[in-house]
Amino acid sequence: MSKFKKSSNKETPPISTASLPDIVFMLLFFFMVSTTMRQQDLKIKVHVPAAVQIQKLEKKSLVSYIYVGSPTKKYQKMFGTEPRIQLNDAFATTSDIRDYITSEREARDENEVPFMTTSLKVDEYTKMGIVTDIKQQLRKCNALKINYSTRKSSSE
Amino acid sequence: MARQKLGGFNASSMADIAFLLLIFFLVTTTMDTDSGISRKLPPMPEKNQQKSSDRIKERNVFVVLINKNNQLLVEGEPMDVSQLKDKAKEFIENPANNPKLPEKKITEIDNKYFGSQYPVSKGVISLQNDRGTSYGTYIKVQDELASAYNELRDELSMRTFSKKYGDLSDSKKDLIKKIYPQRISEAEPKNVGGGK
Repeated sequence: MSKFKKSSNKETPPISTASLPDIVFMLLFFFMVSTTMRQQDLKIKVHVPAAVQIQKLEKKSLVSYIYVGSPTKKYQKMFGTEPRIQLNDAFATTSDIRDYITSEREARDENEVPFMTTSLKVDEYTKMGIVTDIKQQLRKCNALKINYSTRKSSSE
Repeated sequence: MARQKLGGFNASSMADIAFLLLIFFLVTTTMDTDSGISRKLPPMPEKNQQKSSDRIKERNVFVVLINKNNQLLVEGEPMDVSQLKDKAKEFIENPANNPKLPEKKITEIDNKYFGSQYPVSKGVISLQNDRGTSYGTYIKVQDELASAYNELRDELSMRTFSKKYGDLSDSKKDLIKKIYPQRISEAEPKNVGGGK
């Protein structure tokens, strides 16, 4: 009687997997686009402090990084546990910062230089002495835009 | 020559290849967006420059000292970091025109929202830290001071535009910045409270 009688002899067809590659490709492209490869391996431990009032760093190509923290286990034998500065891939001292900034500037276009920012990635437990030295060095080579790298604080 | 007809190419391994790539990118991805507190360092004083003669009056300066044990001394009183924001807000705003808190300077702003003149606080926050202060504390203090300014800006923008400061257009942001300029000055490095 009913119009919608189930045809009893039909089995449920298997799920078509033909669209699976498409889905996977979509995911793949998403991750490919959003990936930023880690540029350098850190020889020091950096756990940046948390803060609420943070701004996003824009124009990543114009940012140069200075890392400060105590060396990781592998390097502790050689360099001890005192916080140290890392520029690019090597340990450095405050006097190297000048050269670093100069080389970073040379790698950029001339008219972009005023917009260059220096991001300080400093470990929470570092003493301010070393940070003050870095800041003085940066002032000397006129790299005045800085950014103290922080995590987003969980408690708003 | 008999040309063999090409069979349809088997795409079933495509998914596997794609999966492999996907997993590779999943593993190598770091999606950290860099963020932090932006500051501008003052330029190095020139050697032959005279010490600036226009000394700032004491009532216009809000002195924050941090010693090597990460303790705060705000305007001569020891204080906890959690109280700093309210104290700083009170200092900047000076709602009751207290003679101990900073003066206000009538500034020409000239726009339709605030009238042509607005009393802008002359207050400056001076932050000094010791070489032994931990970076974490320093950032916390910087953060608190920045949020003092931002809360004041937010309040003003809520009052006049009934919008949060962050959602305003750039020209309106500039207006509010003029009324609450962020003046945090850091002293030339010196030792506060001894210690290396």
